[in-house]
Amino acid sequence: MTSPTPSVALETSAVAFARPSARRLLVLGGIGLILVGMIFGDIFAVFVLHQNAARVGAGLSAAAHAALAGDAAAVAAHFADVGSSLENRGTKVDVHVHMIAFGYLALLLALVQPWVGFRENEKRRLAWLFLSGAIALPVGVFLIHYVGLAYSPLSAIGWASIFADLGGVCVLLATVVYLIGLRRNFTGSASSRIADPLMAARTVAGKRLLAGGMTLVLIGFAHGAYYAGSDLYGHEAADYSILASVAAGSAARDTARVDASLIDYGQLQGDKAVKIAAHAHIIEFGLLAVILAFFQPYVGLREPWKRRWVSVLLVGSVVLPVCVLMELRFGLLAGGLADLGGLMVIVALLAMWIGILRYTGALDSRAERAS
Amino acid sequence: MNAARRILLLGGIALVVLGMGHGTWYAVFAEHQALDRMGGSLATAFTRAAEGKVEESATALAEYREAKYVHERQVDAHGHWIGLAMLLIVIGFAFDRVGFSEKQRQALAVGLVMGAVLFPLSVLLQTASHGPIPRGLSIASSGLMIAALAAAAVGFAMGSSDAREAK
Repeated sequence: MTSPTPSVALETSAVAFARPSARRLLVLGGIGLILVGMIFGDIFAVFVLHQNAARVGAGLSAAAHAALAGDAAAVAAHFADVGSSLENRGTKVDVHVHMIAFGYLALLLALVQPWVGFRENEKRRLAWLFLSGAIALPVGVFLIHYVGLAYSPLSAIGWASIFADLGGVCVLLATVVYLIGLRRNFTGSASSRIADPLMAARTVAGKRLLAGGMTLVLIGFAHGAYYAGSDLYGHEAADYSILASVAAGSAARDTARVDASLIDYGQLQGDKAVKIAAHAHIIEFGLLAVILAFFQPYVGLREPWKRRWVSVLLVGSVVLPVCVLMELRFGLLAGGLADLGGLMVIVALLAMWIGILRYTGALDSRAERAS
Repeated sequence: MNAARRILLLGGIALVVLGMGHGTWYAVFAEHQALDRMGGSLATAFTRAAEGKVEESATALAEYREAKYVHERQVDAHGHWIGLAMLLIVIGFAFDRVGFSEKQRQALAVGLVMGAVLFPLSVLLQTASHGPIPRGLSIASSGLMIAALAAAAVGFAMGSSDAREAK
């Protein structure tokens, strides 16, 4: 048995990628969500993250010095500022993470569409429900910091949180119903007859993405295991002991001890942040590469260009986490290179998305000519 | 669709649902309270320090440590369940390209699903017990996950029997 050539795969997979299909909605929506999530993450990293971290550090330092001066009211005020900055940062990170994760999930659900045992219009409605929730959750989370508890009927949860949770429920519901559809299909005999041409397609670009992605995921796992074994519990213990030292120094009116502990605390937070970010990003990029491997037959670009964009994506996927890890040692130089790596991934992904749009445009014009 | 693929796809999607269900539950019923507890106890620790009440400050700081420990593990379990579930689904799609026998593929699929279920579960269990059992389970399950993933990577490198015939 021979594998179909890319052009044959392109022709046959058009059937599974017809104009209003759920698969097409999920592929375009999924890559779109990942792109928006990554661009948001890059903007956040460049313009918000470091400034916000500086504000948190300054707030904590101010609270410690207020405690040193015995001013309990000022301590509470500075902690309110720190809490607000942390909430601002936390919600922005959540927007970035959830948008990308929902994008991945949309692409995975696009892959399983042929095996979902529902009618096409039902699958399409589910795709819309999923995408609506996938947009509502990050938008709601983004607004949490700005809306707060205004006009909320609840004491701890504001309207923005309520809409975000509603978005999460939509995504959860759509995924559960897709699972029921898969189960319905698998329990019958129909699944053995379903052949998805997309799965049979083997392209060079796809193979490189699959091999490169698996390698990235494995490296990320190994790094995560190393981090958990060597640093995680030490970081947690240090986090507590340094804060305890700041509090004890404040109570004893020992300025030198407080200042030294605050410097240690800043370094600890930096060390934690870069190691966790490197671990998360290398695995996410690996997973993205593996997922994108399946959709290469839909990328309507010439083969050499497909391979170039694959190379750009894989190089960027290595550059970003490696440079993030080196940020503490090499500072802004490594930070700038990490941002460049992120940009490479974004540009490559955008190119693939445009390729898929070109492919769907060709499908649409063919359908219009036929009608 | 063969059994190994089915195990990975159904296991992966079920795990996504579990992870999202856990995340939704945590966001609605526990996260806001946990964040309030963390922020409140840290502020109290420093306020008591300002008042020179060292013991009360230490008590509040210990409460902060415990709240942060639980919160971080809840978030980690949520993130890892969904992340590993997506990995299972992706590998499931490409599993016919793994150059092992069907029995070996099934064993590998079961290993991957077990690792993906147990590792975040062990992280969650650490919130109930700080003892060695959940930590031991974390080490064992992450080891299982890495070994299974490495075996899958070797399988992909060997290629499927179909692919070899095609050459």
